[in-house]
Amino acid sequence: MPAWLVKLLFLPVEASSIAAEVDALHATIITVTMVSSLAVFAATGWMVLRFRRRAPNVTTPHIVAKRSHEAGIALALLFLFCAFWVVGFRQYLTIEQPPDDARTVFVTARQWMWKFSYADGRSAEDVLVVPRGAAIKLAMTSRDVIHAFYVPAFRIKQDVVPGRYTTAWFRAEKAGTYPILCAEYCGTDHSAMRGEVRVLEPVDYARWLDDPSRDRSGEQDLVSRGRDVAVRRACVTCHSVGAGTTTTGPSWAGLYDSYVELRGGTRVLADEAYLTRSMMDPNADIVSGYQPVMPTYAGTLDASETAALVEYIESLREPRDPGVALPKVRAVETSSDGGTP
Amino acid sequence: MTATATDLDVTAAPVPTAAPTSAKPSSYLTDGTTVRSWLLTTDHKRIALLYFVSVSFFLFLGGILALALRLEHLTPGPTIMSAYTYNRVFTLHGVIMVFLFLIPSIPATFGNFLLPIMIGAKDLAFPRINLLSWYIYLAGAALLIWAMINGGLDTGWTFYTPYSAHSPSAVVPAVLGVFIVGWSSILTGLNFIVSVHTLRARGLRLMKMPLFVWAIYSTSIIQVLATPVLGLSMVLVAIDAGLGWGIFDPSRGGDPVLFQHLFWFYSHPAVYIMILPAMGVVSEVIPTFARKVPYSYEAIAYSALGIAFTGFLTWGHHMFTAGISAVDAGAFGILSMMVAVFSAIKVFTWVATLYKGSISLTTPLAYVFVFLFLFVFGGMTGVAVASTSLDLHWHDTYFVVAHFHFIMVGGALTAFLAGLHYWFPKVTGRMYGERLGLVACVLVFAGFFVTFFPQFLLGNAGMPRRYYYYSPEHQPLHVISTIGALGLGAALLLILGYLGWALVYGEKAPDNPWGSRSYEWLTRSPPPTHNFDATPRFALGPYDYTRPDEDAHAHAEAPAQGHDHV
Ligand code: HEC
Ligand SMILES: [Cu+2]
Repeated sequence: MPAWLVKLLFLPVEASSIAAEVDALHATIITVTMVSSLAVFAATGWMVLRFRRRAPNVTTPHIVAKRSHEAGIALALLFLFCAFWVVGFRQYLTIEQPPDDARTVFVTARQWMWKFSYADGRSAEDVLVVPRGAAIKLAMTSRDVIHAFYVPAFRIKQDVVPGRYTTAWFRAEKAGTYPILCAEYCGTDHSAMRGEVRVLEPVDYARWLDDPSRDRSGEQDLVSRGRDVAVRRACVTCHSVGAGTTTTGPSWAGLYDSYVELRGGTRVLADEAYLTRSMMDPNADIVSGYQPVMPTYAGTLDASETAALVEYIESLREPRDPGVALPKVRAVETSSDGGTP
Repeated sequence: MTATATDLDVTAAPVPTAAPTSAKPSSYLTDGTTVRSWLLTTDHKRIALLYFVSVSFFLFLGGILALALRLEHLTPGPTIMSAYTYNRVFTLHGVIMVFLFLIPSIPATFGNFLLPIMIGAKDLAFPRINLLSWYIYLAGAALLIWAMINGGLDTGWTFYTPYSAHSPSAVVPAVLGVFIVGWSSILTGLNFIVSVHTLRARGLRLMKMPLFVWAIYSTSIIQVLATPVLGLSMVLVAIDAGLGWGIFDPSRGGDPVLFQHLFWFYSHPAVYIMILPAMGVVSEVIPTFARKVPYSYEAIAYSALGIAFTGFLTWGHHMFTAGISAVDAGAFGILSMMVAVFSAIKVFTWVATLYKGSISLTTPLAYVFVFLFLFVFGGMTGVAVASTSLDLHWHDTYFVVAHFHFIMVGGALTAFLAGLHYWFPKVTGRMYGERLGLVACVLVFAGFFVTFFPQFLLGNAGMPRRYYYYSPEHQPLHVISTIGALGLGAALLLILGYLGWALVYGEKAPDNPWGSRSYEWLTRSPPPTHNFDATPRFALGPYDYTRPDEDAHAHAEAPAQGHDHV
């Protein structure tokens, strides 16, 4: 959208791949609705003048709407509003559905800070560093109350809910620093729960990645941390991590991003949300062919352990049948994205 | 605009009731003057006034809190209060305005006063329950105020879990207060529904009822069906916060998003509890001052029902960012558009009613035009937020704050003021001054617009709501908004002032000062205790302006013996 229009509407810079599209819809809807409203007001004003009361106690004609006119107006309105909706909903689907090449960053929110954990095990508070042009997927959870991850410049917002993972993604298109705000009221310092996204040019990002000055001792990547947790918490007594072995619980090999068949025949995509739910509320979805014997870990695994386990299970993904690309129709099939039953 | 004061005098003249007798006829206001006769009254008109006094008090209280919030935002950092206080103040502002002012405002005052008269009844179906519902309202309100003094409440009026379960403030008494107020709302709604079905006068078919009755009737359906869900969720929150069961707390196996579904299942329809009665006022005022049959009675009546029913199916549009599935988001988005269609039909019908009318721009009509302007603005921004993708940017920002204030203040409060001026002569038997009325109306509009329009821009700029600190670049818009709020406050005080004055010194009102055909104007001003001295014939519809006043009046006269043939 032209820069002057962005300014006129007081919008922040358009720094993500979807911002321009969303703003265009914004401008269209505002213009169409305001122009037609103004027409209605003008008609009202004209009638107030034209038909002002000139004498008391006059009689007026009995004018009643024709059914066909009423129906016509209703249908036209319906059509207009649905048109807005169609465009808006399609955009929504794009915004909700991370592309396959997205890199995952884990986000943990708590009163009143953001913590970002990268796949290589590093983590940082309140600052998220990403390369320009790459799709970044955020797998987010909260440790206490509900927060919402909001980057106005990216036009995205997603609630961050304790006890489950929600996801958001973006592709930053302009290098720069953009504020991250918490948009869901979360207590006294809600308005101070701020962070920032630093979008670096790819070369700068590469430099940042292997910045030698950063102390890496004591850092353990999430995957190996997850492996430790799985042993410590005895998950591995019931779950194997290799293919083929039959144990009390299903194998984790190749689990992530596959479709799991549940008791009762429904199929669900094993994404972060599903994996988290399987730990927090194992009896919500019982894998077909297994007994509901897995204990719940709600309240005993903390958010970082959960993140590590999820990342570990993700790392065990191996194409079970290399060479055959399974078609993915997530938008329709995914309902494990935190939707409540 | 043309001067209207003179028109009024002339309009009033030809109405031939108000038989000039020497003794002042008794009215509901003079039948019993002791405090007891008021506090134990079962007269729906007196109960309406009791409600009026209480809701006005809460409007005032909520308004003071709003001004405090606006003053705080004069600067990006601390101005007059701490973040701790700020969170309590905005919560109370919301809770008071929604539960203690907006929801009861029009139904419990004008609805209570007018519904029985408009259907030709002596009172509501359950007069004692009507009084009970006022006391229940007071009890709930008292508990809320108590909570506010003892610990305050900092959850926002939405009580989102799990925050509300952990909040250090007085959540338990506050949500129980809301629970109790809900009962009063249910009882009022029930009373109205039963009255409409059982107490209509002879000849008064459903499709001959004034449109205000249709609006109140639709509202009552929502009150009766949705409020129990709110009550239930409030009790669950109280259990979570007080006994720590963890129903909505994930660390104990609960589901926080479930609360949002339950809460919005009520609180979205609650918006229609606020706006439908407002639409009812508009549907009365426009035909009267345009002296015109509504362009489509059916469209207005049925769209009220349509809004009431589809209103139940749109709650999810508050949760587009909560992680609901794409299918849910899509469905809730499109259902929300339906509500917009019904509302737009109403707007077109109202405007078309003006065509070839005889329009007298008095204060009530001026407020109705303000309503139209602000409501259309608010409604169209509603369409914008229902276009799912846009909500991702706007959700929980000032854009949404502006959107719902356009509906709730620009719509509901403005219509409340329209009704207040329109029925003031009927209720009090006095006339208010037309000139001051119009001045105040313009001030209300200007104050409102200056307060809330900048908030759309703040939302566009990405400022979340419920923010104590904000970034300095947003300051100019906040300052403008605060100035507007002060203006709005002053305008409301002006109204309070001149209406108070008119109450005592105002000119005596004729029975039908506006020359309206609607049934409440068939009785005296103020009405007698049993509403009509003799039950009129409801021979003509409530909007029949195709014949002159004298003729219309002859048709409504109480039947003389022998030809009761309606
Ligand atoms: C007592 C044995 C047992 C233990 C210990 C156990 N699980 Fe399970 N788990 C099961 C069983 C049985 C199932 C399949 C039935 C079901 O879905 O509940 C399962 C299912 C799962 C699934 C879903 C797998 C799929 O194929 O869809 C995940 C993920 C999972 N467990 C993770 C864990 C983690 C992480 C731990 C350790 C913190 C753990 N489990 C500990 C028995 C166990
Ligand atoms: Cu937060």
